[in-house]
Amino acid sequence: MKLLGKYVDKGMQGNITLMPEESEDMWHAYNLIAEGDSVRSTTIRKVQNETATGSSTSSRVRTTLTIAVESIDFDTQACVLRLKGRNIEENQYVKMGAYHTLDLELNRKFELRKPEWDTIALERIEMACDPTQSADVAAVVMQEGLAHVCLITASMTLVRSKIEVSIPRKRKGSVQQHEKGLAKFYEQVMQSILRHVNFDIVKCVLIASPGFVRDQFYDYMFQQAVKMDYKLLLDNKSKFMLVHASSGFKHSLKEVLQDPAVLSKMSDTKAAGEVKVLEQFYMMLQCEPSKAFYGKKHVLQAAESQAIETLLISDNLFRCQDVNLRKEYVNLVESVRDAGGEVKIFSSMHISGEQLAQLTGIAALLRFPMPELEESDDDDDEEGAAGGDDSDSD
Amino acid sequence: MSRHRIVRTMDYNDEYDGYDDIYGHSVEDEHCISPTDAQQWLYDRARGQQSISAFISKNKDIQEEEDDEEDEDTAFEKARRDSESFQMPQLDEIEQAKLSSCVDEVRSVVGDAVSERRIVETSMKFDYDMQKILDEILNEETQKKPSTSRAKAAAAAVAPLVAKTASKTAPTPPPPKISLKEPRRGFEIASPKVPSSPVVSGRNTPVDINSDGDLSRSSASLFKVSKEQALRNARQLYEKERADQKSHIHMIVIGHVDAGKSTLMGHLLYDTGNVSQRVMHKHEQESKKLGKQSFMYAWVLDETGEERARGITMDVGQSRIETKTKIVTLLDAPGHKDFIPNMISGATQADVALLVVDATRGEFESGFELGGQTREHAILVRSLGVNQLGVVINKLDTVGWSQERFNEIVTKLKAFLKQAGFKESDVTFTPCSGLTGENLTKQAQESGLTSWYSGPHLLDVIENFKIPERAIDKPMRMSVSDIYKGTGSGFCISGRVETGVLCLNDKVLVGASREQAQVKSLTMDEFPQTSVFAGDQVSVTLPAVDINNVTVGCIICDPQTPIPVTTRFQARIIVFNVKVPITMGFPVLLHHQSLIEPAVVCKLTASIHKSTGEVVKKKPRCLGNNSCALVELETSRPICIERYADFKELGRVMLRVAGVTIAAGMVTKIR
Repeated sequence: MKLLGKYVDKGMQGNITLMPEESEDMWHAYNLIAEGDSVRSTTIRKVQNETATGSSTSSRVRTTLTIAVESIDFDTQACVLRLKGRNIEENQYVKMGAYHTLDLELNRKFELRKPEWDTIALERIEMACDPTQSADVAAVVMQEGLAHVCLITASMTLVRSKIEVSIPRKRKGSVQQHEKGLAKFYEQVMQSILRHVNFDIVKCVLIASPGFVRDQFYDYMFQQAVKMDYKLLLDNKSKFMLVHASSGFKHSLKEVLQDPAVLSKMSDTKAAGEVKVLEQFYMMLQCEPSKAFYGKKHVLQAAESQAIETLLISDNLFRCQDVNLRKEYVNLVESVRDAGGEVKIFSSMHISGEQLAQLTGIAALLRFPMPELEESDDDDDEEGAAGGDDSDSD
Repeated sequence: MSRHRIVRTMDYNDEYDGYDDIYGHSVEDEHCISPTDAQQWLYDRARGQQSISAFISKNKDIQEEEDDEEDEDTAFEKARRDSESFQMPQLDEIEQAKLSSCVDEVRSVVGDAVSERRIVETSMKFDYDMQKILDEILNEETQKKPSTSRAKAAAAAVAPLVAKTASKTAPTPPPPKISLKEPRRGFEIASPKVPSSPVVSGRNTPVDINSDGDLSRSSASLFKVSKEQALRNARQLYEKERADQKSHIHMIVIGHVDAGKSTLMGHLLYDTGNVSQRVMHKHEQESKKLGKQSFMYAWVLDETGEERARGITMDVGQSRIETKTKIVTLLDAPGHKDFIPNMISGATQADVALLVVDATRGEFESGFELGGQTREHAILVRSLGVNQLGVVINKLDTVGWSQERFNEIVTKLKAFLKQAGFKESDVTFTPCSGLTGENLTKQAQESGLTSWYSGPHLLDVIENFKIPERAIDKPMRMSVSDIYKGTGSGFCISGRVETGVLCLNDKVLVGASREQAQVKSLTMDEFPQTSVFAGDQVSVTLPAVDINNVTVGCIICDPQTPIPVTTRFQARIIVFNVKVPITMGFPVLLHHQSLIEPAVVCKLTASIHKSTGEVVKKKPRCLGNNSCALVELETSRPICIERYADFKELGRVMLRVAGVTIAAGMVTKIR
């Protein structure tokens, strides 16, 4: 993301002009834009003209529109952001108050005006515009008959393809079927890597599996690459890395990112950092349960007594439509920072963020034990549990 | 006016692309209503409805169509398979949990012989006091049949045991009910005609079993089956077909990696004459070539190139031997940690288990300490319902047939197995050597061994396993463990018939999609069959079924009483040793039969006391080591699952995270 202009006054009002450059920036934009903001960008609009005789012609014009955002749609797989809202600026073609849907495009600037810019939003812009943050890793988690090809960027984990093949088991006298099924499966995974991994960007490709599947696959892939002369694979052989994972399901990515060998290679990416902090939280919950809490109610109580050392918060809490609720969370983050605590904002597009979102979306590691919190929750825990319950209640 | 429009040059794409302009639309326009419907609702003076007030009063009690979703909740409350269509009393959550654990407990003692209603009512009457409830229920049962002295004896046998369970607070992972297995069986025989047990004749009256009521109701009418299938008497058929045959038993061989499981089994197969001399010679030559002659017996079961090259078993190998009274299907499980999922899918098919431990110094210890597979496998098979275990102390030749070593291992294992929930009388210990073949099929010859051991050899131990009771009277359920291309057209589905009976040309439902199919061929160990029964390992051909709808782990069931399909269910779990506690939103891998499915622990309902089943805390924050709790699990895809109370075989689940088994559980409620 490129920051082209920033006019934010002391009252935190103002506008910021940004230019998204890669698909990940769309995710940042999605997290920035809230309902009620106004966005100005160029767009294509179909305009109908009626002549004096009553006939009408329609034509498409490119024009710049400013809309007050009413709803936001984000396609996680294609990374497309569309904003729907009413036109609020006089325009040659479009009436005031007419609805329009803006598709934000790569390499086209847009101007975002917010009634109030809070620290979270400003931080997000800073993070999005930091070029050193981007570290692209591709990961293939697999087990016999199941593979996920994922791309891990700084703030997103995208499952590019999921391969599910049923491989016949070994049985008396027919080992060939099993081996044939395996070969077919490996072929599919290899094709998927060729299709989805852009070796110009990707720094390293992790192949993770239980047992020997990864070694078998690695051997198969390079045998095939030599045979079929896949230059792309042969040139990038050094980028492949074999790691252990317990299964081929998506959440075993978490184990992959905890592997010390991977950590050293990915150094300080957000994905690996988040996994580490969440692990710390769980360890604390195991060893000293009165120093680790989750759920809004408990965390707010802990924040009141300035006990929070590390706050774990999922970014989907900031995307809520309720302005006051967002403000509440922003205040919480600020108060924790003021008290010298650390705040980790998890991306809900990562595996660890997904897990945190399920865990009410908010958790905290405390400086000192607060057993009184534990006791107080008997009466009603509804509030704390509500976050998780709402999303998946039937 | 059309001639004024420049139709010819019009850009149609342009014209229809304007979905942006739809926003002005009124919403009502989208829902059209037929004119006759409209007439019913609209006031129309032309039709002679003079006054609008008269119209309103006349139309006052037009019934609104009922929302389907509404009765889902009430259906959920219904006890699913109670033929008396008994409704659970409305209770709050603690009471509910108390009640359910109470019912489970009582069930474990009296079996399925007593109706759910009876248990619930009694439980409420005595305020969940186990002792009193059992007394009441059992007393009544014995009064009912005063002539059967056996029943009384069984009840008497139960009573002291019950007293023991009440006082016992053993930290064993599975609840103490296991030890009550024996008296229960005796009791069931004594009282065969209790109304609520799913008797065979009851099968043709479709019972409203499902949580999503409308589906099951329609299924009763939708899935027509032949009269023959509907009225079949499974028990009679079984007796007719299998009376003259040896009984089948499935035995899984488990143990730490390199304990010698495959070699032991390979040698056993060779000694019993199931592997020809020629094949054995070939293996010997080939393994010699690779410099791994000690693997020659293991190669009998490890067939894939990868397994042979690496010298470890990866997937469950299957083979069978015949003893004097039994046909035994051997399942050779992999010992390596990464292949435990394969081992679990094998263990779900097993009736009994053989635990192989390596007697070599250091090897036994490494397999037995925390994280070793001797420990994990034993706990796993126990949680999967295996209760007879033969322990084989292997490789005793490497320690010179030392009796001290044998005794040392036996004492250590005994304590552990007892803790894991195995009854002492169901566990045997046999010294042997898989490589030399000592004490496998013949009495020990080695003087070092004969000097202190005179017990049975391994084949005798297998021979002495008791055949577990098969649930033949229940509706048919078969779990799919493998899909492969058969010899003919289409594909074969192999798996184990868990309950009931399956015959040629039967109609069945496949998996969560409930696709209907007809059984075209049935084979068991390569021999065609006309009917197979609970406990059998079979291959089925179902033509016209989409191969994408059949996955490993799905369940094939009887169309008359289809298996519930759900994404969310409640389970009572026992947490093992975990590194991090289980919280809400914890992602786990759910193992159910051969199925492995990602799931999320979406709610911690209550943590309960291990032995008494009382609710310790409602909505706990997290579940630590060795705790017991009621949780709700949600899967991303719908799965077929049964309540433990209805189908023991299909109501067990395992939760695993990062290659470690964190919990085992029983399904208590299905949504």
